[in-house]
Amino acid sequence: MNPVEYDFIGARQRLEAKPKSAGEKLTSLEDAVARVKDGDHLSVGGCLFSRTPMALLREILRHRRRALTLSRNLTCTEGELFMAAGAVTRVVTAWMSIGLPWGVSKILRHYVESGAVALEEWSHLALGLRFRAGAMGVPFLPALTMLGSDLVGVGGLKTVQDPYTGETLAAVPALFPDVALLHVHRADRFGNCQIDGYPHMDADIARAATTVLVTTEEIVSEEETRRYPDRTVIPGFVVDALVLAPFGSFPHECYGLYEADYDHFAEYTAAIDARGPAAVGEYLERYVYGPPTWNDYLDLFGGERLARQAKRAAELTGASLGPPSVRAALA
Amino acid sequence: MTFNAAELLAVIAARQLRDDTTVFAGVGVPLLAAALAKRRHAPRLTMVIEGGIIGPEIAPGRLPVSTNEMRAGHRATMLPGITDAFLFAQRGFVDVGFMGGAQIDQYGNINTSVLGPDYWHPKVRLPGTGGANDIASLCREVIIVTPHEKRRFIERVDFVTSPAWLRGDGSRRAAGLLFGGVSRVVTTLGILGFDADSKRMRIEATHPGVSVDTLRQNTGFSLLEAPRVEVTEPPSDEELEMLRALDPERRFLGA
Repeated sequence: MNPVEYDFIGARQRLEAKPKSAGEKLTSLEDAVARVKDGDHLSVGGCLFSRTPMALLREILRHRRRALTLSRNLTCTEGELFMAAGAVTRVVTAWMSIGLPWGVSKILRHYVESGAVALEEWSHLALGLRFRAGAMGVPFLPALTMLGSDLVGVGGLKTVQDPYTGETLAAVPALFPDVALLHVHRADRFGNCQIDGYPHMDADIARAATTVLVTTEEIVSEEETRRYPDRTVIPGFVVDALVLAPFGSFPHECYGLYEADYDHFAEYTAAIDARGPAAVGEYLERYVYGPPTWNDYLDLFGGERLARQAKRAAELTGASLGPPSVRAALA
Repeated sequence: MTFNAAELLAVIAARQLRDDTTVFAGVGVPLLAAALAKRRHAPRLTMVIEGGIIGPEIAPGRLPVSTNEMRAGHRATMLPGITDAFLFAQRGFVDVGFMGGAQIDQYGNINTSVLGPDYWHPKVRLPGTGGANDIASLCREVIIVTPHEKRRFIERVDFVTSPAWLRGDGSRRAAGLLFGGVSRVVTTLGILGFDADSKRMRIEATHPGVSVDTLRQNTGFSLLEAPRVEVTEPPSDEELEMLRALDPERRFLGA
């Protein structure tokens, strides 16, 4: 653990020095991602293959950033892409692979067993509380988890004596990342963000980070935000840059809008089974470095595939078919 | 009706769950077992899934393969978020934690992190804890559901990812883990429990046709024995039919 991660005084000072504007946030992916520097700690919103900010992550890889730290509760294919691209030196997570049918990630094994990437493991709740402590502006939160296990030594978790009862508690350290990368269902152009379904850690990560970059499935009017203010989970003054990116998590899922593409995962892991980590290099060429824009990237999957995944999401959640971007794909 | 190992595991695990309780279930066989219990004998059971899901009704043929995809939250009653789902358990709202494990030792500790002595230079890197450490730390009681293989049941795990009784006696309490602990290990050969004082694993029951010797031969450490070792009832046709209806694709029940 890097002590700067829980330095609540430094984190507070960075925020105090920063403009907190209610103005326009809408920009391009290229402009948003220009805020990411080599060596930054990036906290990734969503969880596993749910609401992954894939368009932002893809653009960061295209900018060839290096020596990054990625933190995310459950790390999925995006972590594998960052490892294979040589973009990341440390991953802070509770778990990494794709899901049960695809087994233990061979890319995780390759890069961590060889020592190329350090994997700092925290429990799911502990990492969630690290983001929450960051969101609260405090250096740690007391908790009853992770005690007694060998995870304690990995990240350097300390304990604290409860001043009231005298019991020993975990003192879960805050995590104040440099940059939050988030994908949401809808936002207005001032960056007021709304999320449907699983909230994951996004609202906490947004408050904990110094810089917040958001992609959204849909831009709504200011009037729409003001009509349903109870649905806003990230206020505009927290957000630095907002980009419209329909299907912005694909091939991962976005709740109610499109299901994760299991067939794509199966093809991807089959290629790794056949050709080893080199297969991820080929994948990067085809899906990341090759297509210049997010729309070009989506074209590789094709409208039929996107429509199929959107229908499946509607079946599962009983949701309407979502914003115009998704309805257009279905037409 | 004949059945395979996964079906046996799911049925026996389901029987461990009582009505009017809450269960934190991992995906795969634990989730199938919880869904079976709810359909068969525990209609007022509430499932909690670590992806931040309370009260889902799993859709047959659309079983989730991870803990926070739409399939896992099908017809849920609440989506509180991951951190808050675990905080329900920390507060004491979750009766049973239902989990699997790669390696398990004689005190019930589980390793799902690394094989080999050096965490930073592992022989084999496994996916990690996910929510397993939290479930093991925070639920009122934990039931481990796992195939019974000698390579899994080893005297000392390389790394304690999820703490059970640590090194036995009072070591769990001394580490600050005030609540819970593993009560049972349901396997493909029988049901194991723990000695009340030493907290070493002991044989509570064997499945029909499995001898105590077979169970010992498939375990990498010496097992204690309960005063009376029971024999479990084999899965009934009703249990098997209900279970198979939940996984028509046989994604987790296998061939």
